[in-house]
Amino acid sequence: MSSTFDVVADVIAQTSEIPREKITPESHAIDDLGIDSLDFLDIVFALDKKFGIKIPLEQWTQEVNAGKASVEDYFLLKNLCSHIDDLVAKKSA
Amino acid sequence: MRLEYFQMIDRIVDFDAAAGRIHAKAFVPETSPVFEGHFPGYPILPGVLLIETMAQASGFLILGLNGLSRMPFFAGSKKAKFRKFIEPGAELDVYATLTHDGSGFAMTEAKIESNGPICDAELMLRIMDFPAPELVENMRERVRQIGLTPVGDAA
Repeated sequence: MSSTFDVVADVIAQTSEIPREKITPESHAIDDLGIDSLDFLDIVFALDKKFGIKIPLEQWTQEVNAGKASVEDYFLLKNLCSHIDDLVAKKSA
Repeated sequence: MRLEYFQMIDRIVDFDAAAGRIHAKAFVPETSPVFEGHFPGYPILPGVLLIETMAQASGFLILGLNGLSRMPFFAGSKKAKFRKFIEPGAELDVYATLTHDGSGFAMTEAKIESNGPICDAELMLRIMDFPAPELVENMRERVRQIGLTPVGDAA
């Protein structure tokens, strides 16, 4: 978990202009860090490459829009890291 | 190229779906209102139109790969470099390669050559449902005009 978070936080800091020290597991990518959808695509691209996965961003967005999930479920960084861990585990299985 | 209509690609030379690669031709017109302003007495193709040309080649690559099921929209470019000026009448070879197939987006590397390297860039395209039925039909017609056979299209 912590290593996944470190990678995610480093990617966000490198992709955006957000200082690394401001990024915590409790940070909300949109509300706290102000990452817009286009910047988030850059971040997802970098995370896809780093972890060798395909983050299902469209599915997540559809679930949020349909009320099946909250924005926090995917965009709170600790939750995002948890989903990434799941995707990596599924890939390895 | 029909610059005023933003139709930059004239013909597909090769579409390799397995490799995620496309090669297209674009013929720069001898005359265009674009050249009257860019620049008086020294007409050259604007760099933004070279970027657009690479983006359209990338877009046709994605349309070819997804069988015209969804529409790619140009969303960003990185590391764009323009190495030589392009004058009216030039013949351009446009190449695009899919480097990442993401969820709702794709990344490509594209370049243009014409007697040597002209420009290159990394491009991002958002891939969305077609927002209008007219656009699907227009794209189907454009794909037919330029000689692209999308994956799954037996025509």
